[in-house]
Amino acid sequence: MNLPTMDRRVTVKKLLDARDGALVVTGLGSPSYDVHAAGDRNDNYYLWGAMGGAALIGLGLAQAQPDKRVMVITGDGEQLMAFGSLATISVARPKNLDLIVLDNQHFGETGMQSSHTGKGIGFDKVAAACGFSKTAELRSLEEVDTLCEELCRPADGPRLFVLKITAENLPRSLPPRDAVEVKNRFRAHLGFATC
Amino acid sequence: MTASVEAKHPQAAALAAAPAASERQWPDQVYDVLKAAGISHMSYVPDAGHTTLIRLFSEDPEVVTNVLTTEEEGIAIAAGSWLGGKRSVVLMQSSGVGNCINMLSLPVQARFPLLVLVTMRGEWAEFNPWQVPMGQATEASLKAIGLRVLRAETGPDLVETVAQAALMAFDADQQIAVLIGQRLLGKKKW
Repeated sequence: MNLPTMDRRVTVKKLLDARDGALVVTGLGSPSYDVHAAGDRNDNYYLWGAMGGAALIGLGLAQAQPDKRVMVITGDGEQLMAFGSLATISVARPKNLDLIVLDNQHFGETGMQSSHTGKGIGFDKVAAACGFSKTAELRSLEEVDTLCEELCRPADGPRLFVLKITAENLPRSLPPRDAVEVKNRFRAHLGFATC
Repeated sequence: MTASVEAKHPQAAALAAAPAASERQWPDQVYDVLKAAGISHMSYVPDAGHTTLIRLFSEDPEVVTNVLTTEEEGIAIAAGSWLGGKRSVVLMQSSGVGNCINMLSLPVQARFPLLVLVTMRGEWAEFNPWQVPMGQATEASLKAIGLRVLRAETGPDLVETVAQAALMAFDADQQIAVLIGQRLLGKKKW
């Protein structure tokens, strides 16, 4: 059974074109490349490592900046390493944190090995069971357009959306690897000094 | 049962004795110096030694707190908090340090300020042998991944150590763990 999937770059570009001031954190690997391909910006925080950290960096950021929306864009493999984070985020209950899981059901960066999400684990269902305020699985660009509109409306709590994308390795669009520089320019965007 | 064991082993009874009055107050003083250092965010996996600090922060309306499922979550949350302009502290037991190692590459590589307070197990009057391996590996593991490690064995020393560690973390972009000796925490009561 082959269900429809989406082009990851087109999908991410739609989300970012509609970000409306949202701060963006990306999980290591292809999600970082996808967000960078849509345009490098100071209010993007890219991870090149720290697997399992994206959603939680998003939580800390959302708690420190309650008046801004935070969008975490990560992959199924990265989110699998932060399975417990869904419990922590649900309990913390930020109203300004949205998790976007780009789900190709594979570990694309390491040889396209099959991941748990192709074998029955649905992050939308897990997040719903944890108590997220809204969760869904999307498979068409029309659904992504509707999601972009929804993301701009206030939420009662954290939201998680699984975007089923095609399993393919596209040409890499590499964000800066100088982690200090990316941190400092992100903070400068918010008006904070560096050390 | 416990009483009879201690009666036969006076040394064990002495180890279990209540700490001096000045030492009993160290959690309140640590809270005070962390507040003075501008901490407004805290994440934790509970430990008996952190009980008072967890309660004080949780009751403080100026502080956002997170209970974690595993310790490395707190490392990532603290980084996000700093990105958004807040100073965070992470509380954990030594057994949780092992869970954090790869996530610590984030503050080390991106030079995020990091302040972790670690209550030690497995090093002093420890009755549970399962605590010993990670307790013995805690300092070496933290140093191996690139953290600065400080230790305190008395209440007054801990308060002073935390105050200057907070300054170094947030004013000098350092990644620091303060180990709170099991000798200070006392024998676990059952």
